[in-house]
Amino acid sequence: MADPAPARSPWLLSAPGLILFAALLGAPLILTVMLSFYQFDYSTGGIQPAFSLVNYLDVLTDSYFHRIFGRTFGVALLVTVICILIGAPEAYILNRMRNPWKSIFLLIVIGPLLISVIVRTLGWALLFGSQGGISTALQWLGVVDEPVSLMFTMTGMTIALVHVLVPFMVLAVWASLQRLDPQVEDAALTLGASQATVLRRIVLPQVMPGILSGSLIVFSLTASAFATPSIIGGRRLKVVATTAYDEYLSTLNWPLGAAIAIVLLVATAIVIMSYNRLIERRYARVFA
Amino acid sequence: MSFLRLDSLTKQFGDFLAVDNLSLDIEQGEFLSLLGPSGCGKTTTLQMIAGLHVPSAGTIELEGRDLTRVAPNKRGLGIVFQSYALFPHMTAAENIAFGLEMRGIAKAERDERVRRALDQVRLSAFAERHPKAMSGGQRQRVALARALVIEPPVLLLDEPLSNLDAKLREEMQLELRILQQKIGVTTILVTHDQSEALSMSDRIVVMERGRAVQVDTPLALYEAPGNAFVSGFVGKTNLMAGEIAGPESLTVKDVQLSADHGGLAKGTAVRVSLRPEKIVLSDVGDGLTAKIGTAVFHGSHWLYTLDAPLGDLIAVAPNTGAPPWPSGTQVSLSWPRSALLVLPVEADHG
Repeated sequence: MADPAPARSPWLLSAPGLILFAALLGAPLILTVMLSFYQFDYSTGGIQPAFSLVNYLDVLTDSYFHRIFGRTFGVALLVTVICILIGAPEAYILNRMRNPWKSIFLLIVIGPLLISVIVRTLGWALLFGSQGGISTALQWLGVVDEPVSLMFTMTGMTIALVHVLVPFMVLAVWASLQRLDPQVEDAALTLGASQATVLRRIVLPQVMPGILSGSLIVFSLTASAFATPSIIGGRRLKVVATTAYDEYLSTLNWPLGAAIAIVLLVATAIVIMSYNRLIERRYARVFA
Repeated sequence: MSFLRLDSLTKQFGDFLAVDNLSLDIEQGEFLSLLGPSGCGKTTTLQMIAGLHVPSAGTIELEGRDLTRVAPNKRGLGIVFQSYALFPHMTAAENIAFGLEMRGIAKAERDERVRRALDQVRLSAFAERHPKAMSGGQRQRVALARALVIEPPVLLLDEPLSNLDAKLREEMQLELRILQQKIGVTTILVTHDQSEALSMSDRIVVMERGRAVQVDTPLALYEAPGNAFVSGFVGKTNLMAGEIAGPESLTVKDVQLSADHGGLAKGTAVRVSLRPEKIVLSDVGDGLTAKIGTAVFHGSHWLYTLDAPLGDLIAVAPNTGAPPWPSGTQVSLSWPRSALLVLPVEADHG
């Protein structure tokens, strides 16, 4: 065999994917970056194709945007933590179930992913309203005296996002649980550890990579979530994605919208990359 | 009063009887092997002793204390699992220290005992390694040290050597036996490898379908197997179908052979076992002759296949440095009279 062929074939084989990726993701991204440096003329509504940092200065110095970015990453953090608290134990319990229950419950967990996010969120909107199921139930139970609405609240937005994203956490932890040797738990038990100690000292450290990668997925999906915040949070609780949308479609200030989107992208990328670095440094040695 | 006593131990999984009414008395310091093919209930028995399975019936007593319902983490037994079951996120030293930590032993003493345990299994240089960075034999020794460091009254070994290659396995057999004798810990080994059981044990329990078929010393088991299953499972043997012909004789394929059979009635069908190394080959003389089939060289000995009137036999002859019998040669067969073992026919064996 000639030598160059093997060297070229990986490129040839991945070319279709690379081209698709470059055309559909790379090109719009570059256009967005370029757009974010253009200037918007409020009086005429026109866009000046001139290089300027004014949009970025707006986003980075205006306290209005600070609040929106703070809210977005605050919600992302909160949703991630709740997803860990719900998803990790859920995956562990699922993993210990026997068939057919295991398969049935796994399907139930993944179920939400089979339904459109809009439909799911509208379902939550029905429940959250002051005439909705939750309000009625709380009144009936005597917890509250008058109708409560979770619409346009952080609580409502968090609940709906957790519901959408918890399957990702379950799947990530589930995957790392599959690699666990059940005899290892037995070994810890016979060495005198209680069930709680086995969970804390033996199981948890081993599924940590799963929990960490699950939280990466959940965090980045929450930070860029659009449908759920726009329906449950509305204009009262703007997040970065809905703000960018409004700049594009309401104000028609495309350059500012583009700048907001790019700042979100860069901020999320920084968070994810430093987090990933942390995981690798801690766990590569052990689980390589 | 024996040290560890299993009394009528039974374990049922649904319709399947994994362990059937097993009773054993194990002395302190004894090395006992549970030997049998897979599915014979040996591992289930071990796991019941460990507390990982609850017996359906029967009791387990250690030094007169009833252990049957005691949780596994309260039994204090040392166990080496087949997969070693090391904690992958801990170093060798941390793995070994875990049991001591669970017992609330102070850090200083813990470190000292871990150091000694590592020393005992010759792994002092590997204390800070993670299991992933160790070889199979090293992991095996960490697992052993982890089980021994808690100074358990009983050490349970679940096929501990089955994941090692042949040469390492033999080394570890010797090492394990020497260590066990030095420490004097009562040990129960589960294995399907008869040579492992023969070489390491004080006594062997041969198990089949959840029952103990024979409990004996390795030598007694080899020389006087109780039935055809044991004789076939422990060591190599030539098993033949025979019929009692007289007070001191029997026939195999119409060939009359003399044997002690303890006064069975004429015409009784029996199984006859003849170990290959008991057959002596010589130049054609009187008596039984056979034709040499193939000679297989094993270094220390030759293994011959023989075409004899009794059927196809195998024979083993020590390597004396001389060339082997060539294929097709007619040879005379002889053996000490006691080498021919007469065993009962079991109805349900093929």
